[in-house]
Amino acid sequence: MQPIHDPSTSSYYVNEQLYQELVASFTDWQRDDMAVDNLSERDQFRILVEKEARLLDQLRFDEWLAMYSPECIYWVPGTPEAGDPRREIAISFDDRRRMEDRIYRLRTGYAWSQAPKSRTVRMISNVETFSTGQSSVRMVRSNFLISEFRVDGTRFLSGWCGHRFVRTAHRWEIQVRQVNLIDCDQNLRNPSIVL
Amino acid sequence: MLEKLNTSRIESAADLYDWDELVQEDRVHRLIYTDPAIFQAEMTNIFGAVWVYLGHESQIPKNDDYITVRLGLRPIILLRDSQGKIRALFNRCTHRGTTLCRKDKGSARIFTCPYHGWSYLNSGKLRAVPWPDGYACDFKDSKFNVAQVPRVDSYRGFIFATLNPEAPALLDYLGAITKPIDEWLDRQPKGKIAVCEANRLKYKGNWKLAYDNSGDGYHVVFSHRSLLEMENRQADVANKGMSYYKGSPDTAPMYMAYMGHGHHFKDKRPNIQKRAGGLWAVEGPAPGTEHYAEELRRRFGARAEAILDLASSEPVNINVFPNFSLLGNHIQVFEPVSVDETNVTWYGTAVVDEDGTLGGAVDEVNALRMRTQEQFPNFGEVDDLANFEEIQRGLACQEDEWVYMHRGLDIPGRVKTDENGIITAPATDEAFMREYIKEWKRLMKATPRLAIQREP
Repeated sequence: MQPIHDPSTSSYYVNEQLYQELVASFTDWQRDDMAVDNLSERDQFRILVEKEARLLDQLRFDEWLAMYSPECIYWVPGTPEAGDPRREIAISFDDRRRMEDRIYRLRTGYAWSQAPKSRTVRMISNVETFSTGQSSVRMVRSNFLISEFRVDGTRFLSGWCGHRFVRTAHRWEIQVRQVNLIDCDQNLRNPSIVL
Repeated sequence: MLEKLNTSRIESAADLYDWDELVQEDRVHRLIYTDPAIFQAEMTNIFGAVWVYLGHESQIPKNDDYITVRLGLRPIILLRDSQGKIRALFNRCTHRGTTLCRKDKGSARIFTCPYHGWSYLNSGKLRAVPWPDGYACDFKDSKFNVAQVPRVDSYRGFIFATLNPEAPALLDYLGAITKPIDEWLDRQPKGKIAVCEANRLKYKGNWKLAYDNSGDGYHVVFSHRSLLEMENRQADVANKGMSYYKGSPDTAPMYMAYMGHGHHFKDKRPNIQKRAGGLWAVEGPAPGTEHYAEELRRRFGARAEAILDLASSEPVNINVFPNFSLLGNHIQVFEPVSVDETNVTWYGTAVVDEDGTLGGAVDEVNALRMRTQEQFPNFGEVDDLANFEEIQRGLACQEDEWVYMHRGLDIPGRVKTDENGIITAPATDEAFMREYIKEWKRLMKATPRLAIQREP
């Protein structure tokens, strides 16, 4: 369903209700009794998460953004427990407009933290899918290791992602992606790539 | 009050170099950024001898709360002891030197060393050692109590500490910079804020590159060009954020001021329309902007504009030498790690509204204020830090010795000094850099006698 307000040019959906649902849906969801064991369904989400990683490695940002719902969230918490983003600073907490801002900035040619650009390869593994009680919503947990080369060496960023997928008429879209770096509460050097 | 002093044996940095040759009126030598010996001396002469910011009282709100921080390279447990006194304990067991506390924050009445089980009260006093009959000594001797920083003081919630018994009182050290600090706080209800996590960054470069930058109005349109383009890409009028630096920033009403003791202040508030909502009008887009603005205007009518200003970035850089800045709504802290590595932590602040001055809007203000605060570290600071790293790389050219800071120097009438000694200049001038580095030089020439203290 198309939202009333264009989420690329305004931000109405980031409101109290969204924050409440977000915090609730990212609490206590990795439960054995909710794990999906159907291999083809698990494969379906693994393929989507792997595709996203490839698009980011290849800097194909328009296709990356197209994997997301119109009203979506890219959330990189600054604490291991993720916290409540209404009361805590996150490393990043982007709505669609800010995700598009992020991409726009990287494309200006003046984002010195990404000039020259980092080269990355992402390894995705341990992909698990969880049902949620809503047939149109799945939660997916995956581990990642990003090898990032830039200027003077290669470094590694690792952690796990929580994806909240929602079903539309034609496909599963990413509504929320929470990126949990294992060192999220430490001082990070040049965190300027899209994780 | 100094209960007991031990003068530490330190070698003098004064003889290390001819400091007047390294720091000249218009330029400084590359070695001040690259020499490990100078860095080592700074850990005594600067990050020991002057008041250094350690943390905010809201991070240790209750008795027995602690956070672990650093004073220069010294690991510190900053705590509020069981009697409510704020202390900065060396995070170091008196027995073998082991750190006593390894967590970032928590609450503890007692710290027990994980290595041999010596335990201490949070006043720093030794509580017990295992199997004491194996010792001939008297453990009531104060030398077994944890060392602590002898002078810890707060200014309106900001906690500073120094190892220098001869340093001026904190209030005198801060001096004129207390006025902008007061104004920064007093725009919040009851003048209060609470720290609410942080954007934590680091870079491979000397710590002074960040302090040089903190008052620098010259770099903005160049280093932050991508940010300025980004935040104005959908604006009807391209006036968002620091757009007032475009065109001719030196004729804009903003200014920079050097306020003594190494402190400086870049005041961009005169560029902003003096009306409720003036700040909000130039705030770039953030997640929730339209929703919260409309919601607050619906509930509060004309009063909403002033409330929205609290979610907007305050256009000041209040820089307290050597490691503390208030900018936007952030508390920014510089933490040297080595001669070419520095942590820069941008603590977020939330509005605290204990008595309901905001009529219940405090949660909305903070939900929006968290998102506006994430903008600059994500899209601005990262580019500065990349440039600092590239300075450090450039300074590897040993034969090209000088780094310049002479913008505005020797132009008649450009730099003004008032009757209180406060120096003001146009926004892009490097006068503040010249002045603070003079103070740095004075401190590096000195031979401070640092001291620690133990409970009696």
